[in-house]
Amino acid sequence: MNEETHEIRLRVNGVPRAATVPARRLLSDCLRHDLGLTGTHVGCEHGVCGACTVLLDGRPVRSCLMFAVGADGHEVTTVEGLAAADGTPHPVQRAFRECHGLQCGFCTPGFLTVVAAFLEENPEPTEEQAREAIGGNLCRCTGYVNIVRAVLRAAELRRAAGRDPQAGDPAPRGPVRRQRP
Amino acid sequence: MASTSTRAPVGLSSVTRDGIGASPRRPDGTLKVTGEFAYSSDMWMEDMLWGATLRSPHPHAEILGIDVSGALRLPGVYAVLTHEDVPGEKRYGLEYRDQPVLAFGKVRYKGEPVAIVAADHPETARRALERIKVDYRVLEPVSDARRAALDPDCPLVHEEGSLPLHEEHNQRGNRVRYQPIRTGAFADGASVEEVRALADVVVTGEYEVGMQDQAFLGPESGLAVPAEDGGVDLYIATQWLHVDQRQIAPCLGLPADKVRLTLAGVGGAFGAREDLSMQIHACMLALHTGKPVKFVYNREESFFGHVHRHPATMRYEHGAKRDGTLVYATMEIVLDGGAYASATPAVVGVASSLGIGPYEVPHVSVDAYGVYTTNPPCGAMRGFGAVQACFGYESQMDRLAAELGMDPVDLRIKNAVSQGSRIITGQEIDMPMPMAEMLRRAREMPLPPDRSSLPAPSDPRTLPGGVANTSHGEGIVRGIGYGVGLKNLCFSEGFDDYSTARVRLEVVGGEPAVTVHTAAAEVGQGLVTVKGQIARTELGVERVTILPSDTRVGSAGSSSASRQSYMTGGAVKTACEAVRERVFALVRERGLVEDGHPDALLSLSGGKVVSAAEGVLISLADLLGGEAIEETREYHHRPTQMLDPSRGQGSSHTQFGMCVHRAVVDVDVELGLVKVVALDAVQDVGKVMHPQQLAGQIQGASAQGLGLALMEEIQVHDGVIRNPSFTDYLIPTILDTPPMRIDVLEHPDPHAPYGLRGAGEPPTLSSTPAIVAAVRNATGRPLTHAPVRPEDIVGIDPPQG
Ligand code: FES
Ligand code: FES
Repeated sequence: MNEETHEIRLRVNGVPRAATVPARRLLSDCLRHDLGLTGTHVGCEHGVCGACTVLLDGRPVRSCLMFAVGADGHEVTTVEGLAAADGTPHPVQRAFRECHGLQCGFCTPGFLTVVAAFLEENPEPTEEQAREAIGGNLCRCTGYVNIVRAVLRAAELRRAAGRDPQAGDPAPRGPVRRQRP
Repeated sequence: MASTSTRAPVGLSSVTRDGIGASPRRPDGTLKVTGEFAYSSDMWMEDMLWGATLRSPHPHAEILGIDVSGALRLPGVYAVLTHEDVPGEKRYGLEYRDQPVLAFGKVRYKGEPVAIVAADHPETARRALERIKVDYRVLEPVSDARRAALDPDCPLVHEEGSLPLHEEHNQRGNRVRYQPIRTGAFADGASVEEVRALADVVVTGEYEVGMQDQAFLGPESGLAVPAEDGGVDLYIATQWLHVDQRQIAPCLGLPADKVRLTLAGVGGAFGAREDLSMQIHACMLALHTGKPVKFVYNREESFFGHVHRHPATMRYEHGAKRDGTLVYATMEIVLDGGAYASATPAVVGVASSLGIGPYEVPHVSVDAYGVYTTNPPCGAMRGFGAVQACFGYESQMDRLAAELGMDPVDLRIKNAVSQGSRIITGQEIDMPMPMAEMLRRAREMPLPPDRSSLPAPSDPRTLPGGVANTSHGEGIVRGIGYGVGLKNLCFSEGFDDYSTARVRLEVVGGEPAVTVHTAAAEVGQGLVTVKGQIARTELGVERVTILPSDTRVGSAGSSSASRQSYMTGGAVKTACEAVRERVFALVRERGLVEDGHPDALLSLSGGKVVSAAEGVLISLADLLGGEAIEETREYHHRPTQMLDPSRGQGSSHTQFGMCVHRAVVDVDVELGLVKVVALDAVQDVGKVMHPQQLAGQIQGASAQGLGLALMEEIQVHDGVIRNPSFTDYLIPTILDTPPMRIDVLEHPDPHAPYGLRGAGEPPTLSSTPAIVAAVRNATGRPLTHAPVRPEDIVGIDPPQG
């Protein structure tokens, strides 16, 4: 395929990255395939499920609805970039684990990025506001109850974080994987 | 032999943390929140090829010829394969081997795989598909399941003689399975007219359940890697590794041990991964090209890539005495299995045996049909067979209550089964079944506040239609409805089901550590957590590692039928008991207790061997030193029977589970919009293994039932799916889902490990009829179709076509 390609430069999770992509390459595919960041999940390719949500200059966007060239020169945060530089998990990451806000976990990166941005805007949400904030994300497993709980818990942890930073949980072993390094 | 006399140590939970009954965190939770958990779609090898599938554009057509030469000429294409290239058996199947790996002779549903391609880039693979020429002669689709079941002149989906006969399921014509059940006077040959004369009140009803999609969030995907020994390694998201292996290997012409499967991360399942999708295709291409081949379906392809919930049409008649006592019931159900059998025989077995639900009825006649059509294949989905029937019988109970002028809960309580009752197959419910108590508890749960008492009663966000701003409170009517569902748990009908677990105890870094290896599929439900809890409880060791699931250990059976906590839980428990027995033998060998000291007085707790008489004897670290103890055990549930083919009698089920729902809805009666205000559940789970995960199962199942009640239906017209996307097939968002209160009972099942009952399915049954009943209560409309459509509420005819 001799499609015309474009050089793009962007910061992903704080790291400058470059990629050569055709004009029609979706941001989701660029992140997953060109940059090897498979934490961003694709559930519908139509902007409906929210699993592919990333933060573009801090604001949630659906990476399946955006071309990679559109992210040229911008700052992208994926689920892999939510934790602090020293590996301390983001309060939303801790809260989703703690509150069992995930089962299969396929929807989780989308929820985490959306909620992380939401809490920046609204650090002390009511339950009603928490529900509305995730109204655009689909989860098929949980029935959402524990997810709402996780959002409220994340807000709590986030407020406490300055005072009482907690170390991350030790990572247990998951299934065998063959993943691009 | 596992010792059943060995008691779990008393007061253990205080000593060994995170055992059963606690809510430890999921061991895969960290990777899932950091984005590192590798789902099947995330697999990657530098030299891998991308697979793609050419699918039939017609629901029913003869294949006259396939020309792949144009595709092969495209640069970057490594292989284009058709049925001629299938190395072994040309067909596979879960129960019947009736499904072609790649279509030959004819295609039987729109979307059936015809050819497969491997190329260096997904886009190249897609372009190659466009260059494959298939010559079809279009045949008339067989779309009407009822006709397929009952009309001997209906064209055959599988032409005579093309399939091996499965006599036990009495397959005839387009029938995959027909199962009648006759009890009481019906068993003696009485006619409906004769039995009807015994009743004071008779209600009839016809009901339909639409085709529901499992709609897991992570579409089908997998990676096949050719191995040096001529075999293949497959990394796949599935529900049952060994049944995949059993179907794949013969089609590849390989012995089973050359087809090795490892479970990749699974993005939800709900039955949709019980059948094969691209497993054989990926392996064929990998073996053919000598390179790893990856497949990833997109959402649209996923609608063709897995089976759906059987749509059903049901006809019921119930007769009762004036006081509400049920006298008789008849049911006819036709389940559309689509082009291939998949799990249809099992679905018919469940729908028939549980066809009139958890009620005592002396005279029953059931006719259940599962049929072939040229519609999309249907198979397992959470609660299969029982979900459809539950919508029918619960709708009938409400209709009967209205006819009698009785409270619908009172009518249910009056006829409720309990421990010792027999269901219509003659099987005794030999475990607690406190249905009347559960109904009372559901009725007594606090109701949500009236609209008028809300702080902002006209806030559109709290109203049907939501922020679409369709109402500010005018035309809104509230309704309440109940539903009860009875579900068989674990596999039924004579299948010798089992699970295998390998448990190893050793000392690592001075600490006792346990490793648990099974082939059980973690699909999100949290089995990984439960396996660890059981090992901690049984071996008194906190440090437990769950190995990845693969085919290097014996089968664990399927992650379906709510069976894994019971079966794989049972296997882990039994293997742990065997390990523990060897620990105790070692204790005796070392002379730490006197000869004849009974095992029952010994226990493992907090990493130590404890004697009830003498306290701590020794730490496991000191006892074991460098020695490892490893045991592998199979766990079988008690035997079950096939239903007899003429009267449907037999103890076919392993275990029963029940859930009761109460739904509260607000309905915009002018626009036909519904908001579920509350959806509360009472469920008996025997034993709570992990409170947090249990809540997740009940709430997730309830939400799927809500979807079936109000929004989810695959629209199939003349065999064509009209809405294969998440823009057109809607599943509940949080804005559709109310807060869900749950009340859990723990009456142990004496036959099950820890007394537990499978918990994942029952709420999927009862939530749908409860919500539809609530909408009926608000609107007075009959509402005989699930999902309820706005036009059903408003009372206009649906658009034709
Ligand atoms: S994949 Fe982007 S919204 Fe679903
Ligand atoms: S946890 Fe499975 S989709 Fe949300």
